[in-house]
Order: sequence, then C-alpha cells, then structure tokens
Amino acid sequence: MKEIEVEYYAVLREERGCKREKVTTSATTPRDMYLELQKKYGFSLSIDNVKPAINDDFVDWDHVLHANDKIVFIPPVTGG
Amino acid sequence: MFYLEEKSLHTHELQRKLCDDRAGGYVCFEGWVRNHNLGKEVTRLEYEAYSPLAVKEARKIIAEAQDKFSIIEAHCVHRVGSLEIGDVAVWVGVNSVHRGPAFEACEYIIDELKVRVPIWKKEHYLDGDSGWVKCEHCHEKHV
Repeated sequence: MKEIEVEYYAVLREERGCKREKVTTSATTPRDMYLELQKKYGFSLSIDNVKPAINDDFVDWDHVLHANDKIVFIPPVTGG
Repeated sequence: MFYLEEKSLHTHELQRKLCDDRAGGYVCFEGWVRNHNLGKEVTRLEYEAYSPLAVKEARKIIAEAQDKFSIIEAHCVHRVGSLEIGDVAVWVGVNSVHRGPAFEACEYIIDELKVRVPIWKKEHYLDGDSGWVKCEHCHEKHV
C-alpha cells in the first residue's frame, strides 16, 4: 500500500466534493487507481474520457505509480 | 509567452508587447464569452485550470508554433475565474515579417490550446441551471 495525493478538477472535483485528498491504495497504475476511485465515488466519466497526469506531466494509463506521487485525472478539456 | 490571468484582459496592452521594428504585421485572436450555447441563454462563465500543466502545455504549443511557422513571436493569455458576457476569455497574438505565417501560427495555437490544455469552462444559464461544457472534439469518446 502507498499514499498518493489526488487532485480533482471541474466535474470530477464537484463529483468528489473536494479539491484534493491523500489516498492509500494498492493501485500500481493510474488505470487501477481511476477505476478504484470511480467505483468508490461513482464518477460519471468513463476512463476513455479522462487522461492521467502525474507530478504535472501527462502520462500513459500504464505508468507505474510511486509513493507520494501527485495524480490528476483530466476530464475532457474545454478551454478557449 | 503564456500565462493564466485572474483579472480582465486589456488586449491593447497585450498587443503592445508584440511591437517590433522587424514585424510587417500582427494577427490576433480574441475568444469572447457569448450569451448563448446550444440553444440555452448563458449569463456568465467560469474557467478553471490545472495551472502547472496548463502553463507547461500551452508554452509547448507556442514553441511548436515557433518551430513550424516563420514568425517573430507568439503570446497567449487565458482567463480563469468568473467571466461576464462579452469578456475576453482567451487572447492569442503573433507578429511576423509577412502576414501568412502569423495567420497560420495564430490558428494553430488556438486550435491546439482547445484540445490539449487542461482548462475547463462551466456555463451558468438564465434559468438558474449550470453545467460543465461538454468536449466537442479532443479525446472524448462516446460510450
């Protein structure tokens, strides 16, 4: 088990009801972690509609998570 | 140059930063907050950004534009926070020796920004409802 900091934005922030939290998890990749959180909090966005970022860089879903990483699940962007 | 701004954008001041004796012209794009979307009357917008990555990705896009097109300089600023109808939400400015590359670079920057930079827009409607705008392009797949 490791501790990961999760930051939420936009629709995911509202669905989770907070901006950031520390999560203790056995997830080894962003994919495992999103699916775990989605199950727990009922996120409306399917994994196909989200992109992961770790420590402020985009990563693949199979990237290996390390203790104390900061992870953000990015909903479809709508700037401009 | 890219940054996120919490206060109103003054585009004439932004334009002045692109004054350059080598430039034969300047092209800009201003994105404005409009009063309707998909048949609903919009009263205001909120923009939220994942700041560290938004700045990093937008600066990467500007660097790409500088590599791809023969321009002198490109700048972009995006608002965050609460915006009223008519406010400037995003500004892109490009100067160049000849006009062609400035038009192309300006379009490239706004097009890429809209699909790559982690910024989100929430609309508030006249009927009191509100909602995060759905992505119309990018990585969203319909499931």
